[in-house]
Order: sequence, then structure tokens, then C-alpha cells
Amino acid sequence: MALSQKTKETLLGPLNANNPVVVQVLGICSALAVTVQLKPALVMGVAVTIIVAMSNVIISLLRNTIPMRIRIIVQLVVVAALVTLVSEVLKAFAYDVAMQLSVYIGLIITNCILMGRLEAFAMTNKVWDSFLDGLGNGLGYAAILIIVAFFRELFGAGTLLGFRIIPESWYVANGGFYENCGMMMMPAMALIIVGGIIWAHRAINKEEK
Amino acid sequence: MEHALSLFVRSIFADNMIFAFFLGMCSYLAVSKTVKTSLGLGVAVTFVLLITLPVNYLLQVYVLNPLNLGYLSFILFIAVIAAIVQIVEMVVEKFSPSLYASLGIFLPLIAVNCAIMGGSLFMQQRILLDPENVKAIANIGDAFAYALGSGLGWLVAICCLAGIREKMEYNDVPKPLQGLGITFIVVGLMAMAFMCFSGLNI
Repeated sequence: MALSQKTKETLLGPLNANNPVVVQVLGICSALAVTVQLKPALVMGVAVTIIVAMSNVIISLLRNTIPMRIRIIVQLVVVAALVTLVSEVLKAFAYDVAMQLSVYIGLIITNCILMGRLEAFAMTNKVWDSFLDGLGNGLGYAAILIIVAFFRELFGAGTLLGFRIIPESWYVANGGFYENCGMMMMPAMALIIVGGIIWAHRAINKEEK
Repeated sequence: MEHALSLFVRSIFADNMIFAFFLGMCSYLAVSKTVKTSLGLGVAVTFVLLITLPVNYLLQVYVLNPLNLGYLSFILFIAVIAAIVQIVEMVVEKFSPSLYASLGIFLPLIAVNCAIMGGSLFMQQRILLDPENVKAIANIGDAFAYALGSGLGWLVAICCLAGIREKMEYNDVPKPLQGLGITFIVVGLMAMAFMCFSGLNI
């Protein structure tokens, strides 16, 4: 694919070197709360990616007409309208996941990734670049969500996406040696896993600093 | 009254905004470097929650529910929060310039703090609960109690973390873990400590 250097950086940078969660420290709130299982984490990642990309496009289109003084309110209203749409679609087509995500869908509105990218990128860049930036940041966010949810579901429940990975016969109840780590289901463990991811990420990328 | 008191205590400890629901995490991690600024932000969050949550409660019960406009709640809540933060900012600037100076840039940023929006969204869910349930918000008094409790819980959490971070300045943390990484792990350990409050009832 013929992508210029800058376009490539806009799209792929947020996946690793400039990740919104572990480097820019944006959008932590929802990243931790929805990661008990892999499925809601996937849905949340997709929802946030769509909303960041779309709101970046809309704000980028409007960037020359928004008065500076009320730009926060304009941005919030655009984002709130998109989130309402996504929430209604989820309730219609994936009701059980929508219930699991509960208030965290609504909280995408105040997700710092959105306001951060709108302020830092979409207000000053062209439409296509803004779209790629939104897509890249959404995917970077989704990637962290999926890593955290992978560990929490695998060790907390022994399943992935609801399918059993760790065989039943390994469990103590069936005469085996293994027991689920109940701690993984607790909110506290999500924080510690993210701390671990940041540690690994900085240890690998340290030459860039 | 008893119900409101129980709701108040629960929302400080067992249902703590930070440790149980991770709400307001961004500013929680960014601002908790010193106890003094943390206290300022905590007071501001409590104050804004105490105004926005009851207002949103009234809107939900007397406007959105009768008109069956539940799906507009996101837009309405965020507009109310943004507007009230703006008003609070102007009022504080006019009547107490010293408080305004100490809160500084935190006031406008509160509009996008997840804890404020999260408080309103949880309130929306809790209206539907059975009034006997300890988590239910059945009237405006409960809404005030919940707002005050959540705000104070947030304040306690951010002040504790700031205290620990001030002490941790002198510790020898592995290099890649310094700063953000160790802060996450500390918050995780604090969340474990707060888990012992779950099941607390009055």
C-alpha cells in the first residue's frame, strides 16, 4: 500500500510508541472496568474506535466554524450524539453485552482519549489525517483492553471469549491441581496488570526516550 | 434518613468511585503528585458532584421519564454538567477569588472528569432499583447523600495516593517502572485494601 511516511506515523504510531493508554495516559477509567472478560473488552474497543474516528472527522470538518470559546461544549455535544447512537445500536443488536458494559458506554463521552485527540489533533488537521489519527488511537486503546482482558479472563475464569481453555480435569474439584485465581476478577488486579504492561512497554521502548 | 446515611457511608468506602469503578482515573493519576493540589481538586469534584447529581436526578425523574426521552439522557447530562461547571467557575471567581486561585485550571477540567458523569449515570440506574435495596436512590435526599459520599470517597482516595507518592519520591524503583507504572501498582494495592470495606452496612 502506498502510504506516505507521515500518514503511516499517524495511523500506526498510537499502536505502540505513542499508545493512548500506556504513554499518553488517556482513557484509563473505562480501560480497567470493562476488562473482566474478553468479549465486552472487544466490543468496547470497537465502539471507542468508531466513535473516536467519527468524532475526529466531524470536528475536523467543523474546525474552521467553531468559535474557540465554546469549542469544549461543541465537542461534547458531537461526542454525546455519537455515543447515544452507538449505545442504541448495542442495545438493539447485542443486549447482553450492553448490559455488561452498563454505564461505561455512556462514559465514553468523558473518555479522555476523545477530548484529548479532538483538542490535540482534529482541531488543527485535515479530515483524512484526523480520521487516521482517530482510527489509530482507537485501535491502540483496543489493543491494551484486549491484552488486559486476555490475562484476566484466562487466569480468572479459565476461559477465553466464553470457551474453556484450561481443561476441567485440571481443577482441584475434579481431582486436579489447579484453581482459578479469584483475585483476577477483582478491580484491583486490572490496575496491577496495566502497571505491568507499562513496565514491559517502557523496558522495550527505552532507547527512544 | 437511615437509608440516606447508609448510602452515604457505602459510597465513600465500599462503592468508592476510584477503587470499585475506576471513575475519574485520568485526573486522579495526573494531579496526585502533592497532597495540597490533590485536596483542592478533591474539594472541587465533591462540590460539582453535589450540585450536578441532584439536578440530573430531578431532570431524569420529572422530565425524561414522564416524556419517555430516556435515550437523550447522555446529551442532557453532559450539557448540564458542562453548564454547571461554567456557572460554578464564574460564581467562585466572583465571590471567592482566593478559592478560585487555589483551584486554578482544575475547575474547567472537571467537566470531563468521568467521576461526575459516572455519578449521574449510576444515579440513573439506581432510580430503578427496589427502594429496600441499600443502593437505591429513591428521593432527592438520597441523591444528595450519594453525591456527597461519592465526592468524599474520591477526595479520600486522591489524598491517600498523593501522600504515598510524596513518600515514594525517596524510594529506589526500577527505572522502566518509575512514574506511571509504580503508581498503577500502588493504586492496585490500595484498591485491595479498600476491598475489605465491601459488605459494610449500617
